[in-house]
Amino acid sequence: MARNSKVELRNTERELRFFRVRLAIAAGLVLLLFLALLGRFVHLQVYQHEYYQTLAEQNRISLVPVVPNRGLILDRNGEVLAHNYSAYTLEIDPGAAESMNATIDALSELVEISPRDRKRFNKLQEEVGNRGSIPIRTLLTDQEAARFAANRYRFPSVELRARLFRHYPRGEVASHVIGYIGRINDKDLESLQATGNWANYRGSDYIGKVGLEHSYEQELHGTTGYEQVEVDAGGRAIRTLARTAPVSGNTLTLALDIRLQEVAERAFGEFRGALVAIEPATGGVLAFVSRPGYDPNLFVEGIDPQNWEALNDSPDKPLTNRALRGQYPPGSTFKPFMAMAGLELNKRSPSFTISDPGYFTLPGVSHRWRDWKPGGHGVVDMRKAIVISCDTYFYGLANELGIDAIHNVIGRFGFGRPTGIDVSGELAGLLPSQEWKWKRFKQKWFAGDTISVGIGQGYNLTTPMQLAFATAVLANDGVAYRPHLVRQIQDALSGEKRLVEPNPVFEFKIRPENLQLVKGAMVAVTATGGTAARAGAGAPYQFAGKTGTAQVVGMKQGEKYDESKVAERLRDHALFIAFAPADNPKIALAVLVENGGHGGSTAAPIARQVIDYYLLGKLPEGMEPKADDEGDGHD
Amino acid sequence: MTKVTAMIRRVWKNLTAYVDGPLLGGVMLLVFTGLLTLYSASDGSWPRVLAQIINLGVALAIMWVVANVPPQRLMRVAVPLYFLGLMLLVGVAFFGEVVNGARRWLDLGVTRIQPSEFMKVGVPLMLAWYFDKNEATLRLRDYAIATLLLLVPVGLIVRQPDLGTAVLITASGLFVLFLAGLSWKIMAGLALAAGAAAPLLWSLLHDYQRRRILTLLDPMQDPLGAGYHTIQSTIAVGSGGGLGKGWMAGTQSHLEFIPERTTDFIFAVYSEEFGLLGNTILLLMFTTVIARGLVISANAPNLFSRLIAGAITLTFFTYAFVNMGMVSGILPVVGVPLPLVSYGGTSMVTLMLGFGILMSIQTHKRLLQT
Repeated sequence: MARNSKVELRNTERELRFFRVRLAIAAGLVLLLFLALLGRFVHLQVYQHEYYQTLAEQNRISLVPVVPNRGLILDRNGEVLAHNYSAYTLEIDPGAAESMNATIDALSELVEISPRDRKRFNKLQEEVGNRGSIPIRTLLTDQEAARFAANRYRFPSVELRARLFRHYPRGEVASHVIGYIGRINDKDLESLQATGNWANYRGSDYIGKVGLEHSYEQELHGTTGYEQVEVDAGGRAIRTLARTAPVSGNTLTLALDIRLQEVAERAFGEFRGALVAIEPATGGVLAFVSRPGYDPNLFVEGIDPQNWEALNDSPDKPLTNRALRGQYPPGSTFKPFMAMAGLELNKRSPSFTISDPGYFTLPGVSHRWRDWKPGGHGVVDMRKAIVISCDTYFYGLANELGIDAIHNVIGRFGFGRPTGIDVSGELAGLLPSQEWKWKRFKQKWFAGDTISVGIGQGYNLTTPMQLAFATAVLANDGVAYRPHLVRQIQDALSGEKRLVEPNPVFEFKIRPENLQLVKGAMVAVTATGGTAARAGAGAPYQFAGKTGTAQVVGMKQGEKYDESKVAERLRDHALFIAFAPADNPKIALAVLVENGGHGGSTAAPIARQVIDYYLLGKLPEGMEPKADDEGDGHD
Repeated sequence: MTKVTAMIRRVWKNLTAYVDGPLLGGVMLLVFTGLLTLYSASDGSWPRVLAQIINLGVALAIMWVVANVPPQRLMRVAVPLYFLGLMLLVGVAFFGEVVNGARRWLDLGVTRIQPSEFMKVGVPLMLAWYFDKNEATLRLRDYAIATLLLLVPVGLIVRQPDLGTAVLITASGLFVLFLAGLSWKIMAGLALAAGAAAPLLWSLLHDYQRRRILTLLDPMQDPLGAGYHTIQSTIAVGSGGGLGKGWMAGTQSHLEFIPERTTDFIFAVYSEEFGLLGNTILLLMFTTVIARGLVISANAPNLFSRLIAGAITLTFFTYAFVNMGMVSGILPVVGVPLPLVSYGGTSMVTLMLGFGILMSIQTHKRLLQT
């Protein structure tokens, strides 16, 4: 029994030892695995800590750009021409939407979505691509906004946003000056990236496309602010950690007087054309008309295809800025400048006369350059040549000066190169020279080429902007100020006002007696016996002007054929340059009326209305240009 | 006065007679760490913490009761408990409630229970009982029968599906087999067989289970789907650094990047806020509890006690290791909570029940000896 129990005890002891060995192995395994775990922790929390720290911060913090308010545009008297207002939009994120059409269909049950909205949306999507969300409906009513908000959960890709919209309260008035903004497209993106401005446009959807909105984009846009926002796993903003406030765009105050602009635009009636009025002493642009205009508000949220086609395909070309990009022969408005060249180069004295037979010939050339008046004007001196617009006198003068002298002297008035006005897209016009012809046509300049240049025809081309600038230089006795639309820029942050100082580009020394002669002749143009006598009748100020007519060579290829319009479109363009009061010019301008016929009959009355309003505050009554103005003579 | 103190002393003595101090100390340290982390993981709100305290109270009561039951009586309930659990598991398979795509719960009318939880204790008890009963005549056949006793409930649980619980129960069963002296040769053979059966097992797994395993190999394959848990919890652990972001200051946790942050992923919260230092302390706490458990097992008076004590302790370790391994991205995501730390009443009760058994073994032995 005792032995038995001893064996049993030994057995039990052996078993216990055996068990404890196994237990020790297990304990070793436990320690080993815990050490492995500890190794993993050290790896993650010491060696890779920075990496995971960064990931956690990226998870947590999101930089949200805060778009600045775009700067305002005001006229010289503080009238608002472009501003922002807040409204609700519905926007779809094309990247997040599964089926665009189904989404829009479902939305249309809640808010009204017209076929036009859909077309505009599709057009925008093509232009903008999947960059950010695209508005499907703008200007929601409060009820519509509330209806959508209640159904928000059904539309994960649609967002209701209260946003600032650009608005141009004057609509079509001065549309070619102000221009418009539009959605940033691929081209804008490229240029922003190229200029390194892209960072400032994070979060911005709009950019100036044309006009001042485009050329002053840098001033108007402002500086984008940032919010460091802590977001949770669902992307919801929990709190703002830091905020860099955006800086609103600067306010532009124009030299332009919107009332004067309105008078000028209305004075055109149904005519197409352009008018630029400049304050000669500063270069400030008082009015800048290109007719017809368009409503820039159509473009802000993306224009719908229907309106776009109507504007783009119209034979009247409302989208073309005629004042800046329309190039026309100056016609007889060129003559005062020719006269200045003749006097300054001593090729003509005031008393020099010719006997006008009604045409001009060159020795050895059979061609006759005809005066507009068959039979001629008789004995003509310089003053009379300007007043009655004698062609023969200027044919001879041009011939004697030669093309290069004309180019050099007249070029000083700004012809043949951009005036440098502060809105982009300006064309240079054309003031021909021997060198130019050789470069352009690889042809020698012929003496005969010079003759018609003398009356502003031939190769001559100017933009209405250039013509107005040249007139202002003349009115200002040869001192040229860079023309500018923006007079003052007010810094949104500091409130500091930067004046666009009257900025003399160059000074052109003209002998006073010569100025007196030419200006005097231009005053006589609007007096009895002058070519703009009717338009100048009864002006209580010294009204200096010069009429002009530019021949329309023919119909351009590809233009739509419309029988009733053809005759009208083949009529000459009417031109008129003017400044007043002649002894102390406050305003200088150039008017071009497309197919307007005679300068004296259609263009000069527009100038008169503009100057009457500007100098006298007189609002015009009859807007219809008088077509039967035979008594005013011809140029 | 002395009468009162004497009475209090007597009551206290009766209360604590069967409670193992060192084990309870280690357990309570872990429990308080858990409550602290839970408060942070619920964004500083009390309801979850209070609920967990109630769970804790219930679990401690159960622990106390079990600790007072002598091991011999525990041995007697092993078989009925096992078969009751098995019946309930079959019941779940036929009448169970489906929650989140898995059939795990059984509605008994009075309350809903999760029978797989019972088996966490039931299976090792059964196996320990079996080996104890056949102690004198242990043969290969006995190991085969024990394996079968293990695989039947595990198979039912895998089918629910509840991979986490299946893994833990398998582990507890294997621990019993291992401690009972299963020869190394057979273990190697079993390992080979398991390796060979892996493709078969793979085909039995549910899609989401397969995805979890694949995700472990490359979480970035599916960063927003199956890989999301692992990626975000790994970021939480890594960004915690040496000393952590501080209690209540974890960004990954408080900004809800960590899913299930009060339950299975609570370790990510802890690790983010207390860093490597905290992790080391936590590992030491677990080691303390495990060490005490192993000591109890080593000193237990009979085979049943030894086996059950060892299995419970090692299963507890498995819990902790699998959970921390999954949160730190070295093990696949299986639904295993961090023992004593994660929120949840059932697992708390099961765990405390296990600790009650350990205490019973330790304290009754001591009483026998003295």
